[in-house]
Amino acid sequence: MIHSDTEKLIFEQGRAGRTGIDVEGVCLIELDDALSPELRRGPLAGFPEVSEPEMVRHYTRLSQRNVGIDDTFYPLGSCTMKYNPRINEAVASMKGFTNLHPAMPQTETQNAFRILWELEQMLNEICGMDAFTLNPVAGAHGELTGLKIIRAAIRARGEKRDKVLIPTSAHGTNPASAMLAGFTPVNIEVNPDGSVNLEALEKALDENVAAMMITNPSTLGLFETNIKKIADMLHAKGAFLYCDGANLNALVGIARPGDMGFDVIQTNTHKTFSTPHGGGGPGAGPVGVKKELVPFLPSPRIEKFDKEKFGKVLFVPVYDKQSIGRIHSYYGNFLVLLRAYCYLRTMGARGLREVAEAAVLNANYLRVSLAEIGYRVPFNRMCMHECLLTDENMPSGITTLDIAKRLIGKGYHPMTIYFPLTVHGAMLIEPTETETKETLDEFIQAMKEIAEEAKANPNLLHDAPHNTPVQRVDDVGANRPLNLNLRWKQQ
Amino acid sequence: MRYIPVTSADREEMLKKIGIHFIDQLFDMPTDMLTHLSKPLNLPAPLPEMEVMALMEKFAKEGEIAASKTSFLGGGINRHYLPATISALISRGEFLTAYTPYQPEASQGTLQALYEFQTYIALLSGMDVANASLYDGATATAEAVLMAKRINKKGKTVYVSCALHPHYREVLRTYLQDVDIPIVELAFDAKTGKTILAPTMMNDALALVVGYPNYFGIIEDLKEAREVATKVGALLISVTTEALSLTILKPPGEFGVDIFVGEGQSFGLPPSFGGPLLGLIATKDAYVRNLPGRLIGRGKDKNGKDAFVIVIATREQHIKREKATSNICTNEALCATIAGMYLTAYGKTGLANLAKQNAVKAFRLREKLAKIPGVSIPFSGATFNEFVIRTKKSGAQLLRNLLAGRQIFGGINLSVHYHKNPKDILVSVTEMNTDEDMDKFVHALREILK
Repeated sequence: MIHSDTEKLIFEQGRAGRTGIDVEGVCLIELDDALSPELRRGPLAGFPEVSEPEMVRHYTRLSQRNVGIDDTFYPLGSCTMKYNPRINEAVASMKGFTNLHPAMPQTETQNAFRILWELEQMLNEICGMDAFTLNPVAGAHGELTGLKIIRAAIRARGEKRDKVLIPTSAHGTNPASAMLAGFTPVNIEVNPDGSVNLEALEKALDENVAAMMITNPSTLGLFETNIKKIADMLHAKGAFLYCDGANLNALVGIARPGDMGFDVIQTNTHKTFSTPHGGGGPGAGPVGVKKELVPFLPSPRIEKFDKEKFGKVLFVPVYDKQSIGRIHSYYGNFLVLLRAYCYLRTMGARGLREVAEAAVLNANYLRVSLAEIGYRVPFNRMCMHECLLTDENMPSGITTLDIAKRLIGKGYHPMTIYFPLTVHGAMLIEPTETETKETLDEFIQAMKEIAEEAKANPNLLHDAPHNTPVQRVDDVGANRPLNLNLRWKQQ
Repeated sequence: MRYIPVTSADREEMLKKIGIHFIDQLFDMPTDMLTHLSKPLNLPAPLPEMEVMALMEKFAKEGEIAASKTSFLGGGINRHYLPATISALISRGEFLTAYTPYQPEASQGTLQALYEFQTYIALLSGMDVANASLYDGATATAEAVLMAKRINKKGKTVYVSCALHPHYREVLRTYLQDVDIPIVELAFDAKTGKTILAPTMMNDALALVVGYPNYFGIIEDLKEAREVATKVGALLISVTTEALSLTILKPPGEFGVDIFVGEGQSFGLPPSFGGPLLGLIATKDAYVRNLPGRLIGRGKDKNGKDAFVIVIATREQHIKREKATSNICTNEALCATIAGMYLTAYGKTGLANLAKQNAVKAFRLREKLAKIPGVSIPFSGATFNEFVIRTKKSGAQLLRNLLAGRQIFGGINLSVHYHKNPKDILVSVTEMNTDEDMDKFVHALREILK
């Protein structure tokens, strides 16, 4: 259970003369020869001096004021907070991986190249694509990469297209990535159920459209049934169809975006392939493309060469002339990709299919059960890996935010709230496949209690959460005045 | 499947509740799209944990051979000792398995750790405000230039030092190629290894980007860079690829740098074949609203208790969509938390001593190498823990000889990116290099160049 008091800043702890690790001093005369005093700074003002036990206790205490999947059910919609297998952590800490330097000659790091190459092949098969780049380090980074690839392909055709169509229900990263790639994002209205409005699409679709970005299943957790038709419409106009793979967990082993007509997809290993999210990253956002786009993938790519011809070296990083160029310092987040590789070797095709099946089963079980206890389920049809509720049936004055905060008090991490923006008071619940039925039942019970409290004792919800280190944080007030670090001069 | 607890009894009960009979009925999609019905995925067969472990140990063992050799590799990925406390603390599930801290009441641990990280980076860089991390030093550099464009609307061209990390310049090119910001590269002085800053050439400047230290390990003159940037109306961006240097060199903020960016990998992250890394960015308070990425602030809860929370989210994509300052969402939060732990473990005096040790060791090796017949130090500029040597052999050949016969990674062959200097090698020395390592290197080089 989360602690109910706060922890002092590390800068307010310790005492001059302590250290958390012993380092020998150096001879100052020699130092002056090595680095002239006029180039050097003074003592590190403001830095703490704490002993090793103080340091360990500080971070242990901070961890106890945090909630992760290891603690509790964490049904954040669109985030796929599934269990992070510990074997992957063990592998990612092996010295034969962590101590590989990217500037070592290729002959020395064949193990890393082989893993990356094999991971690429597996992703091709899972998504129905012809090639993948593993270099993007996050979903949004993958989006940018995918859009730049599209831009390069269009340029190579000798065309100029600068619009990217984006449904209003899309993740905010989609329009932001389109801008960063130099496109003009154009909003496409969606039907109430979150599916693309074909008439709106028809109207917006002209020779200036480079691509359309679609999340499938949509951010409302529903499969885009018209996807092939949409792909045909775009392809007929020479535009590309981009898949935001944030919700791939619903499809793995069941259906492949490549078969639906998508030309580009970014995947999120920290969602679908069980790599931990670490409180905001690091992630990895591999991008897959169809044949026409392969030459434009970022550099370097890993290629496999014939052993006979090249002797010892099998896997080689290559730089294609038509490539959009480098998008990361080296090969992307290798240790994250390594975890995804272990996961796929553990799951196999059958395991992945079970992932999607159980994820969708759990989501629908929640959908039906929560509707039964009175929550409004705006689209009461089969959902994919997540189900959508709203606060519409709640007594007046009770909002989605109140429900979420009350859930924290009951020991859960809340669902995604107020997203997608197109649904008023949205609560997006994604249980993932790694939860037991008992956990789901307890969660349903908690939601039932909340619905009852909302009627009988609404203040319990307004004041929630109660037993956390801090209560209802004033996130608006925190912006004025700002306090962004201990060095910050208040304005 | 051990990660999926659904039993057949569970499945039956849940299907019944949903009101269907078969799992396939869950998938409300056209049957011609259901791959699994026609052709199951062609993937390697699933393995039990013991076999996955054995397979990965085999791969790791191949890497250990390389990892155990004497190394002087640096160039943006630095070899430093990682205190044992870090791996113990960072593997705690509460940090490791949390998502982005959107719910502050359940995320004070992550939020406070990131606020402390922001404080550390502000103190180190001498800037007013640092964000909660970007992907890596290269993308941070690109983000800094895009940020400069938002601030300096009159400027057109970005002037980038040729002595900036070559990969950073490549990433910058990729980021800028579609957004109409021309890049002009500034040559470096063949004698000093410092960037040549000629204000007359830069009348349309948007920003000036220099390494500190640069790719050759040379400590650039930020005072001069500031004067030139001011003269031409450009923002000054400094880029540090070896973050440990910040604990000993004058902070960029002291020179009036507008945007500081860097690679924070030195603070507790192993080389990891180049990732995950840790992008650093910091700026002046006046520019805070132009910063890309997440910012953590200290505010209050409803009872007036201090609380940490994401602030000025109105710059971010989930609120502002296409008007956001960047598309970044997932960043490197756990790496930032690690950096905070690293800086805490070493603390005020430990960091200073560590940096001094690096400087002194690098100096010693440089002096010894310079005495070898056939070796010269081509650049006269001051360095921290990396420097360039020039020999009579080609860099590629020399490095091959060092590795093949003596199991030494002697450094990075600069001719890959600087064709005019085919005999230059970038040598990095850290606390990880023992006196014996260095003697071995000196001895080997002497032999090879005989």
